Amino acid sequence: MSAHGEAAHAVHKDYEGAKIGMWLFLFTEVLLFGGLFVLYAAYRSVYAAEFHHAAGSLNVFLGVFNTVILLTSSLTMVLSVSAMQKGDVRSSINALFWTFVCALGFLVNKYFEWSYKIHHGIYPGSEEMAAHHDKGEVLFYGLYYMMTGLHGFHVIVGMICMGFIYYHIRKGWITPDDYVKLENVGLYWHLVDLIWIFLLPLFYLAA
Amino acid sequence: MSHDNSHAHHEPIPYHVFVIVWIALLVLTGITVGASIFFPGVIGITVAGIVTPLKAFLVMYWFMHLKYEGPAMKIMVASAMIILLILLAGLLGDILFR
Amino acid sequence: MAYAGVAPERTTFYEQGTTDKPTGLKSWLLSTDHKRIGIMYLTAMMFFFAIAVSLGLLIRLELLTSGPTLPFVNQRIYNSFFTLHGVIMIFLFVVPGLPSVFGNFFLPLQLGAEDVSFPRLNLFSFYLYMTGAVLALVSIVMPGGSPDTGWTFYVPYSYETGPAAIMAGLAAFVLGFSSILTGLNFVTTIHRMRAKGMGFFKMPLFTWSLYATAWIQVLATPVIGITLMLVLAERFLQVGVFNPALGGDPVLYQHLFWMYSHPAVYVMVLPAMGVVSDMLATFCHRTIFGYKAIALSSMSIAVVGYLVWGHHMFTTGISPTSAKIFSLLTFFVAVPTGMKIFNWVATMYKASIELKTPMLYTLAFIFQFSIGGLTGLPLAALSTDIQLHDTYFVLGHFHYVAFGGIVFAFFGGLYYWYPKMFGRMYDERQGVIGFLLQFIGFNLLYFPMFMLGLKGMPRRYYDYLPEYESLHALSTYGSWILAAGLLLMAWNFLRSLGKGEEAPDNPWEGTTLEWDTTSPPPLLNFDKEIVVTRGPYDYPEEETR
Repeated sequence: MSAHGEAAHAVHKDYEGAKIGMWLFLFTEVLLFGGLFVLYAAYRSVYAAEFHHAAGSLNVFLGVFNTVILLTSSLTMVLSVSAMQKGDVRSSINALFWTFVCALGFLVNKYFEWSYKIHHGIYPGSEEMAAHHDKGEVLFYGLYYMMTGLHGFHVIVGMICMGFIYYHIRKGWITPDDYVKLENVGLYWHLVDLIWIFLLPLFYLAA
Repeated sequence: MSHDNSHAHHEPIPYHVFVIVWIALLVLTGITVGASIFFPGVIGITVAGIVTPLKAFLVMYWFMHLKYEGPAMKIMVASAMIILLILLAGLLGDILFR
Repeated sequence: MAYAGVAPERTTFYEQGTTDKPTGLKSWLLSTDHKRIGIMYLTAMMFFFAIAVSLGLLIRLELLTSGPTLPFVNQRIYNSFFTLHGVIMIFLFVVPGLPSVFGNFFLPLQLGAEDVSFPRLNLFSFYLYMTGAVLALVSIVMPGGSPDTGWTFYVPYSYETGPAAIMAGLAAFVLGFSSILTGLNFVTTIHRMRAKGMGFFKMPLFTWSLYATAWIQVLATPVIGITLMLVLAERFLQVGVFNPALGGDPVLYQHLFWMYSHPAVYVMVLPAMGVVSDMLATFCHRTIFGYKAIALSSMSIAVVGYLVWGHHMFTTGISPTSAKIFSLLTFFVAVPTGMKIFNWVATMYKASIELKTPMLYTLAFIFQFSIGGLTGLPLAALSTDIQLHDTYFVLGHFHYVAFGGIVFAFFGGLYYWYPKMFGRMYDERQGVIGFLLQFIGFNLLYFPMFMLGLKGMPRRYYDYLPEYESLHALSTYGSWILAAGLLLMAWNFLRSLGKGEEAPDNPWEGTTLEWDTTSPPPLLNFDKEIVVTRGPYDYPEEETR
């Protein structure tokens, strides 16, 4: 009797529903970052000159390099999904692996970028900031750390999800007939990319 | 309740389509960066303001398969974006006119 | 153990669960059945509601006379009282209440579905709720005293004060995610789980209202999430975004806060309107007037709700231009709301109204919600708001909507669906008496607040001038009558669980799908496949039985 109930609950598989659910979740992510984006817009309009000045200290090359890495990871991710759809599990795993590598590369880059800045005393609440930077610049860096930090957190979560997906593919739980989990992690990863697409001009190209 | 357990899926998309989109994204990134370096100020910002949403659109439309989703999903995505724009407009409406 | 002869269609979800053992504590705590989750929410919420009501009663008691009244309540404790009263009521009861309790229990039933789209996510959502609730309770006993920021956590005080405010903010953050996941689940369920033949415009209005609500939960709640996170960052990292000393603007906190919290008002009230629409059709025994208008006005309220948050900030120094726009847009909210009220009244016109307890609550909802709504207009107008802002007038307005509207609809819904949820009838006579006590007590409690506000009594004050004393005393007397009504209602529900008459499957002759199954429903809700061929409120011409 109870087994019947459990089965009835587990059997329910609705691909379209799973994807709608994932998109809705992505909307919440968009609005979560959205709060920061509207703050950025507000403070940039108030402190235009300071934002301009502070953005000059960010390394454009690193920012663009990271953009290329993330765009590429988005490509490999979509190729992974596509390969799975075509029944090519091996290529799917390979593409997933390269996505993971790109994500890792992104974080390594970010680590150097952050530690360089922190080494020079540029981080929220530092004495250097209080002594030598205007209020607008303090806000710029505050937002910079909050937004890239939150984004970096999402990259880490994405990597964990990729590991999880890899495990599922290896176990044969994700197959060319049933790969909605892979597709959903893909959607999530593209969103991470999408947010970075906006962060690049807002921070690195604002000088 | 019986659900459609088969994959109501579109035809597989050839790999090269995604590669083309990827190249387009890289080119657009190049344009934004170039504009911000060589034409800093109004032009650079305008270019970024046009190109960045375009890039976002490419990612959503192709990589996130929005092209192959039904109208309901497209409306949902559009509404979420519109809500975000409303919040932005409402806030700037205060800041800019203060 | 399963004997085929025991009429399996009478096996209720209480006897058959989703876990290995059908009964016992574990079968509840790990259940993914939407009905059990709904009942767990109900149990938890009644507990928190009781705490928040007690705090409210203490606030009223302290305000009985001018000067210190209760020996153990000083200004600091009084501030904690109204903060906790607000935080618990808003974040633990009124916002999640109707969607999480009745939405969970009745959304799949009204759609003719077996469960929600993501049953395990649903259970997770419940545990997020409980986590948030525990954090909120922990904040009470934090070193440095209970939170005393008010439920709005306004900066800069909220990031400067003791750790309790941070804990309470964290609680609201976690509760927000519970709310998001519930909304996500409901939108997907409504898109994907409708029974065969049930188009969007054959859904009951409660389901429609949940759809609109769920969208707000998904699209507004993340904003409060990031806002509270920024308050934490402000405290621990000195990010500066809300700190004027570092260039930040505290008014932007209020913007972000109300970007969520104004739509959240519609998260609270839309499902209440939905319950009321359903009850109205049932107890008038006729099709609801203007079905499509009510359904679509829910959606339009949801949209307009995003456009008006600035009206909470008219006196905080926002730009006059934007204040005017926000004021204008706020008046527009009255349009879809008025549409609903006129449709409800038109439904009752010349109907054979059956004045059962749920219908009494429905009528009280319309009356009190109308007062609450209309008193919102002077607050939406820029000139009068300068006078009325942060006075008892706002308290009166808010409580007429939140308590007189939403909570009355919640109680009405509880009476209405009690037979379906528990398979027992409540005591009608006690129900009516309880209602009358609540109705009288409520109005006596909150109506004087309008007058106090007009006379200039500011909200959140521990003490007041002697000239306000008589109205304050009246208000406090009202709180006692209201409390008596609540106690009687609680007694009625608890007693009827064991001693109530056995409920028929469709005690009110309702036409929506939840009345098409047994009371209480079986685990998978229906014993037959549901095919919908008629509208949700199509009453047959002749008596069916």
